[in-house]
Amino acid sequence: MLSQRQLALILIAPGLLLVAALFLYPLGFSLVSAFTRADGTLTLEWFAKAYELYSGDIVFTVIIVLASCLLTALAAIAIAGTLTLGDNPWIVGTLKALYRWPLFIPFIVAAQCMRTFLAKNGLMNNTFVSLGLMEPLSATSFLDWRGIIATFVWKQTPFVALLVAGALASIDRATLEAGRNLGASRLRVLIELALPQVMPTLLVALVLSFVTMLSVLSVPLMVSGSQPTMLTVDMAFRINAYGDYATANALGVITYLISAGAAILYLKRSMAKEATS
Amino acid sequence: MIRLASAARAALAAALLTAFAFVLIGPLANLALWSVAERWYTPYKLPVTYGTRYWEQVFRPTGDAMASLGTSVWIAVLTVFVALALSIPAGYALARLKLPMRALFMVMFLLPQAFPSVAIYINVARGFYQIGINGTVLAVVLVHAAHGLVYSVWIAAAAFASVDKDLELAARNLGASPLRTFATVTLPLAAPGIIASGIFVFLESLDEFTGTFFVGVPQVTTLPLLLYNAAMGGNYQVASITALILLVPSVLFMLFIERFLRADVLAKVGV
Repeated sequence: MLSQRQLALILIAPGLLLVAALFLYPLGFSLVSAFTRADGTLTLEWFAKAYELYSGDIVFTVIIVLASCLLTALAAIAIAGTLTLGDNPWIVGTLKALYRWPLFIPFIVAAQCMRTFLAKNGLMNNTFVSLGLMEPLSATSFLDWRGIIATFVWKQTPFVALLVAGALASIDRATLEAGRNLGASRLRVLIELALPQVMPTLLVALVLSFVTMLSVLSVPLMVSGSQPTMLTVDMAFRINAYGDYATANALGVITYLISAGAAILYLKRSMAKEATS
Repeated sequence: MIRLASAARAALAAALLTAFAFVLIGPLANLALWSVAERWYTPYKLPVTYGTRYWEQVFRPTGDAMASLGTSVWIAVLTVFVALALSIPAGYALARLKLPMRALFMVMFLLPQAFPSVAIYINVARGFYQIGINGTVLAVVLVHAAHGLVYSVWIAAAAFASVDKDLELAARNLGASPLRTFATVTLPLAAPGIIASGIFVFLESLDEFTGTFFVGVPQVTTLPLLLYNAAMGGNYQVASITALILLVPSVLFMLFIERFLRADVLAKVGV
């Protein structure tokens, strides 16, 4: 007769096996491949090569992802704050009905939308010209780093706003009302009273968005065809054009380190908070 | 004065809301316009001629798009099957049985989603190439299943955890075997959550691009890959129509998910 523990391990084993085969093994392989030569000796030359060829793209990737996270955070706070503290039912209702739409839209569809919307003759520039806000000749294409950031913010804001609005809805209304009664503006109540209480939720949502943005291949491929580009595109290029696994994996290890950096910042902050409380 | 100020504030709020709606809906409107634009070139701000020629081309039974749609749905169904076959036992073990290192196992299923995935997929593709399954439906299904496992395992565990233990005990007291209790009491009660996780995995698979890009090409063309190829080839109409097809299940999901994923199950996800 099996013990309960053995039964539990047998039941969970097939799932774990799939994760081990399709995640842990390739992860280990990418580390080995990034740090060794063909004959098995340890080396850092692939990192030197990755740095030499793609140092610009490394900086570019970090800046794009950080800027996108920052703008996503601002937009999400504005939306969630309006949903929680807004007193005009018409505005709150409209916003509530609208903001969630991009949540379940696949990245590749978002990329195709933006590819047409932000183009030189896309709907955005055309609308501005029709409204007389812009001269037809000064219309420029936004399909570069700005387009990547716009797509990321467009796609990720509903996710972050949804989580932050959920957290805002569950905090103690009495403090917020007290702040309002003492004459604080709604903006001040949001920033000084409400936000500190939902900071952990906001940071979790942002760390998840950060890793997601680092993993997306379709958006930089489709929205911005030019240089500089993001590391995901460089990795795909090293593999498809040269079969150069060593340099691609060195770039992969660099993306692990960037996302680990985000996770460590988050952990450090939550630990510092626990120490003070 | 106060009246003027409040009117100004209302106008500002309305302007901000309009700008927000434009940013949100504009890209989708542009997509919809391209799908019915037969000819659209500068300096025209709107399509020169409208028509459904490209829709007919896409929905022709012998066309690429219908083949891709078939491939996509077939892969998504197989992925759901694999993911549920693995996650129902795993979810039950995580929710109900004494499992050593439970937290570690929970995190294990999360890991494939928590790492930048391109670096993982290039090595998966290399491994699949060595054993000769790169470019097959099986390879794509395995990659999609590993990616979706975090949803199916975590939601299945939450669904099993929210089943009342007393009902199982009652069935056992009436003489039902453990297996029978599971099949006739626990599983039916957990079914709505498990179905929701299946829908989640189905959609993830349908929308997945990066993994298919590395392990599926050139033989397996799913809808996202067709969209990519059409967009890069400059055929905006076919790309837009494909994108609209991909939007349908996502929108349906957003409208109906709350029926399947009840709050009491949702509260136990990841716990």
